[in-house]
Amino acid sequence: MFCDICGKNAATVHLTEIIDSQMNELHLCEGCARKKSEEMEQQFGLSDLLAGMAEFGKPVKEKEAVHAKCANCGLTYADFKKVGRLGCGECYNAFRKYLGPLLKRIHGSSQHVGKSPVKLVKIAKKKAGDLQDLRTKLQLAIESEAFEEAAKIRDQIKELEQKEENEGKVQ
Amino acid sequence: MELNDLLNHTSEWLKGTGPNSDIVFSSRLRFARNLDKIPFPHWANKDQAEEVLVAIEQAIKKIDALKRVTIFRLAEMDSVDKQFLVERHLMSLDHAQKTNHKAVAIDDDEMIAIMINEEDHIRFQVMQSGFNLYEAWEIINKIDDSLSKELSFAFASDWGYLTACPTNAGTGMRGSVMLHLPALVMTRQIDRVLAAIAKLSFTTRGLYGEGTQATGNCFQISNQVSLGHSEDEIIGNINGIIRQIIDQENQAREIMVSKNREVLEDRVNRSLGILKSARIISSQETIELLSMVRLGCDTGLIKDIDRRRVNELFITTQPAHLQKIENKKLSSQERDVKRAELIRSKLKL
Repeated sequence: MFCDICGKNAATVHLTEIIDSQMNELHLCEGCARKKSEEMEQQFGLSDLLAGMAEFGKPVKEKEAVHAKCANCGLTYADFKKVGRLGCGECYNAFRKYLGPLLKRIHGSSQHVGKSPVKLVKIAKKKAGDLQDLRTKLQLAIESEAFEEAAKIRDQIKELEQKEENEGKVQ
Repeated sequence: MELNDLLNHTSEWLKGTGPNSDIVFSSRLRFARNLDKIPFPHWANKDQAEEVLVAIEQAIKKIDALKRVTIFRLAEMDSVDKQFLVERHLMSLDHAQKTNHKAVAIDDDEMIAIMINEEDHIRFQVMQSGFNLYEAWEIINKIDDSLSKELSFAFASDWGYLTACPTNAGTGMRGSVMLHLPALVMTRQIDRVLAAIAKLSFTTRGLYGEGTQATGNCFQISNQVSLGHSEDEIIGNINGIIRQIIDQENQAREIMVSKNREVLEDRVNRSLGILKSARIISSQETIELLSMVRLGCDTGLIKDIDRRRVNELFITTQPAHLQKIENKKLSSQERDVKRAELIRSKLKL
């Protein structure tokens, strides 16, 4: 069987193309198949789909979104819409308000519940341990009526909790 | 390990062992991870890409569970070798293109494969024969923990592991099961099954991953959602769906054997006949016929051919494998002749 496009080489790749619900079988040689698949990829890819989803809903002002830029890697939101890929991990923070709704549309959720890197788990455990220590100290201070000391500890606890809450958003 | 050593070795996904291996070729889990603050591969400059490559190579060398892994830099490989690894499902077709600052790392028994600087900085997979995602999870989870001690991964407590494409964020995990579903195809039930799968946010692909058509009645089913469910839940969901499909395929096979035995016997034996006697054969035709022979083995219609031997032919008849076996470049026409020769020699009684 010869290639449907060039008619010269033997057809070794078999493609099914669906255009307007019309199914079309193509028998191509390797060279023509490569060209054809590049063509098809350009016509429609994942980036189009993602860009389409990012458009959908539009809760934010278009202008503002387009000009948003990641300070770490320099990728703009417009770049992301073009290629469908973010530039670095920090981009998630830079485009947080646009990505939250997008993640929700893709995954049906925007809250991770799976595993965490071992290093971070250790830090989190240490922090939790520190907090626990402080709470015990606070209890002891109150019991022994050392109120000045207790107030200091209470402020430390507040500070730690506040810090953790902020970090939770970033890291 | 040298790349050529793999030629004398059956890929994990083709061993034909493990649970439900009459229907399930293999189970695979893949994790996507990125290094904190460094641009993703498509956005990184040369220095950054090289920095990532070196950092990950060094981390791999420090990890006990990865002791038997060999790292290959893609820029130093020829095109047949790259294609060879794609055919063995050890790396993606995408990874084999534009190969600067990219590497692939493979362990001796091809259970573990790591791609460096593909779409994400690091994507690693664990493959198991048969229907066995939990076993794969035990292994990959340990590797991930070890890697995360050596490398700082981009991670946010609310969005999980941060990936180049938001479709992979969260767990960064993709579970895939490769199924052989000839009876569902022959009884024309497959479209209904695939439509139901798509509704449940699962994707179906062909034998060679993204963008490939189902050939030889082989279907790869994987989860689409990676955020909002734990790894355990995702694996549980895939398992639930796969179990259903296995049941349906089994029922269809039983009906064919009991009600349409002659038709089935005819197709299986004709396929075997062509494979045993053809002098020129394309890879497409080979896979379609092998699928029928495999069905014959699995339903007991063919008794004297080992399933593993049929499985191996699914891969050794692929273009790069034929060229590695012959140790020279072959044109498409030459391959069709060599392919037929190889099949005849392997199926000779």
